[in-house]
Amino acid sequence: MIKLTIDQSKIDEARNYAKNIVDSLKWLLNDYSSDTIERTIVRLFGIDGAIDETPIPNLVVEHLKEKNVIDRGAAYWIANSMLATNLSAQEVAEEISNGKLDVTSLDAQPDKKIIKLIDELTEKMLNHIKAQKKFRENKFEEFGPRKKPSIYVIVATGNIYDDVVQAKSAAREGADIIAVIRSTAQSLLDYVPYGATTVGFGGTFATQENFKIMRQGLDEVGDELHRYISLTNYASGLCMPEIAVMGAIERLDVMLNDAMYGILFRDINMKRTLLDQYFSRMINAYAGIEIQTGEDNYLTTSDAIEKAYTVTASQLINEQFAYVSGIKKEKLGIGHAFEINPDITDSFSYEFAHALLTSRLFPDSPSKYMPPTKHATGNIFKVYIMNAMFNLVSQMTNQGVQLLGMMTEAIHTPHLVDRALAIENANYVFNTAKNFAQNFDLLPDSFINKRAETVLDEARLFLKKVSEQGLFESMSKGDFADIKRTEFGGKGVQGIFKKSENYFNPFMDRMKAELNLK
Amino acid sequence: MSLNIDPTKIKPYGDTLDDGRMQFSFALPAPANEQGKEAAKQLLQQMGLTEIEISYYSDLGEGFTHFVAYANTNISVDLTKIKVKVVDTPIMEMEENDKYLDENYGKKITIVGACIESDAHTVGIDAIMNMKGYNHRFGLERYRNFITYNLGAQVSSEELLKKAVEVNADVILVSQVVTQKNIHIKNLTKLINLAESEGLRDKFLFICGGPRISHELAIELGYDAGFGSGSYSTDVASFISFHFAEKK
Repeated sequence: MIKLTIDQSKIDEARNYAKNIVDSLKWLLNDYSSDTIERTIVRLFGIDGAIDETPIPNLVVEHLKEKNVIDRGAAYWIANSMLATNLSAQEVAEEISNGKLDVTSLDAQPDKKIIKLIDELTEKMLNHIKAQKKFRENKFEEFGPRKKPSIYVIVATGNIYDDVVQAKSAAREGADIIAVIRSTAQSLLDYVPYGATTVGFGGTFATQENFKIMRQGLDEVGDELHRYISLTNYASGLCMPEIAVMGAIERLDVMLNDAMYGILFRDINMKRTLLDQYFSRMINAYAGIEIQTGEDNYLTTSDAIEKAYTVTASQLINEQFAYVSGIKKEKLGIGHAFEINPDITDSFSYEFAHALLTSRLFPDSPSKYMPPTKHATGNIFKVYIMNAMFNLVSQMTNQGVQLLGMMTEAIHTPHLVDRALAIENANYVFNTAKNFAQNFDLLPDSFINKRAETVLDEARLFLKKVSEQGLFESMSKGDFADIKRTEFGGKGVQGIFKKSENYFNPFMDRMKAELNLK
Repeated sequence: MSLNIDPTKIKPYGDTLDDGRMQFSFALPAPANEQGKEAAKQLLQQMGLTEIEISYYSDLGEGFTHFVAYANTNISVDLTKIKVKVVDTPIMEMEENDKYLDENYGKKITIVGACIESDAHTVGIDAIMNMKGYNHRFGLERYRNFITYNLGAQVSSEELLKKAVEVNADVILVSQVVTQKNIHIKNLTKLINLAESEGLRDKFLFICGGPRISHELAIELGYDAGFGSGSYSTDVASFISFHFAEKK
């Protein structure tokens, strides 16, 4: 690979600031929980279903909040109710949801019995998740690892059954990872819709049933092609850990799971987001799911040259948050994007420098490289060339996952043909330039080397400032993406609570132990 | 010598005047073989095309095939009879616009913008309104004679109208980026219907924008103007300024 000449101590310094930023928030991660974290626990007990379109996990957590007992955690109350009524977890949840059961009206059962029951339930679900992880590992063992860069394409028809047809077609063309883009409003829903869905806008709802349907389709086509086809979705918004756990149960392989995206770009409360990402990432780590971060968003709202350092800074913060949750380097898909105005002379050199910097900072991680979108127009022919240039940068700078650009990016969600042409474009460029980069060394005083150094310097100084004033303070001043967010503002702020002395989350405890987290 | 073009009968141009040559690219749920190729050809024939050449086809899997084709059309259009509704105000740069309003209006104009309903994309409204703007054109927030409120994305029609009333707005600016299943039309219609039923339609200048919006569509939906892809803050700002200065 082409090497950047960069002073390692500068990288270490920047990384250290990011670590300090994340370490200073441990109080939040340790002492608080949220509505969606508790709903995740409910789901981990195997509870599912909906009544009048409201998911049962929501109804259970609402009940605990109404009764003012949520601070003890959903796990305790469900186990206690099961023992007191002799019903299954699902039956208890249904009784609560139908208003027939008040969990606070039941006698407290002996702690020993509660712990024993919770252990059994925890064991059962975690064994299922581990089996799914093992299944994936065996498939990769059998068929061989994903190619690099991996080809990542989206399907987004709104109808999960159409999505399956398009995804299978894409797999046959050479796609390695299929993303089912979510319906446009889903990130702001404080619940996960239930069942298979056939109508969505700009995408298809993420539901557990949809996950299952797509998983089955990809397994079928993968077995036929002798390639394991990975499935990805989005653990972002107001239900991060619930989506993560649904993914773990149904064997998704990759999950968008950014630590700060929701705060900045969806105006979700910062404490809520940081708590939710903490548990969702832990679930992903436990399930062997590769996470991806969303730094591309900084560049769609700000200038891609001027604000390149915010991408680097966010990458380093995302990395530290990931480690705290037990994510391993090789499962950390660091995001960045090819979003510089193509009219700028030498924009290719800038893109090359930025991409190389990401590879240099995260050599062991499968970086996720996003295509041109902001400067994509209705001129599909021009966009097709931009995508080829984007593919060339990726091949030459050793990116992990290539989220393919569609020539119709500015027009519609991709048609079958758009996707096939995009894959052909990527296959051609990756092959034709396979070992091209090995022929070159970069001079330390070349434009590309100096540009990468500049971005790192800017990121380092920015992280220093943030670590000195604190992440919350920086966000409230608009230091990230020029967007101002406050500690007590944003959506979902009412959905966080301080845990009581006798709170517990058996899944988090078990995952922490098995992931060697303290 | 120049080509003898008859503007009342124009046809697609390949490399010879009036050859009617056009390119096509589409997928069919048909096999990638001679049978599929014939199906593609017959489809084009039924569209009234001649000299059909299926130049390429490729198997997309799952029973679908991609076809690239060239064919001639005999249809022509009369350019002289075509009148389209376009925003025809001249385009002013920001400084020019500020000065124009100083001299011709003398008041500030209040603009409330949002990407409405289910649409979660702020990119359009931000490109037009954000201080920074887009592609070397500052956003409306930076204009000296505009007071602006950018409410962001997923703003309900009710919320948007409420805010516009609250700040005594002059202009409502709506962005729609997602267009799948014509959701943008539904959303835009909802807003304008709501404004009408609340008696607010004539209180504000209603402007919409987005990749699949044209001025013509906007007028049809009951808006005062529409801006499609390739529009900039300067286009929107100029339209607003001329509208108020001329009304005065």
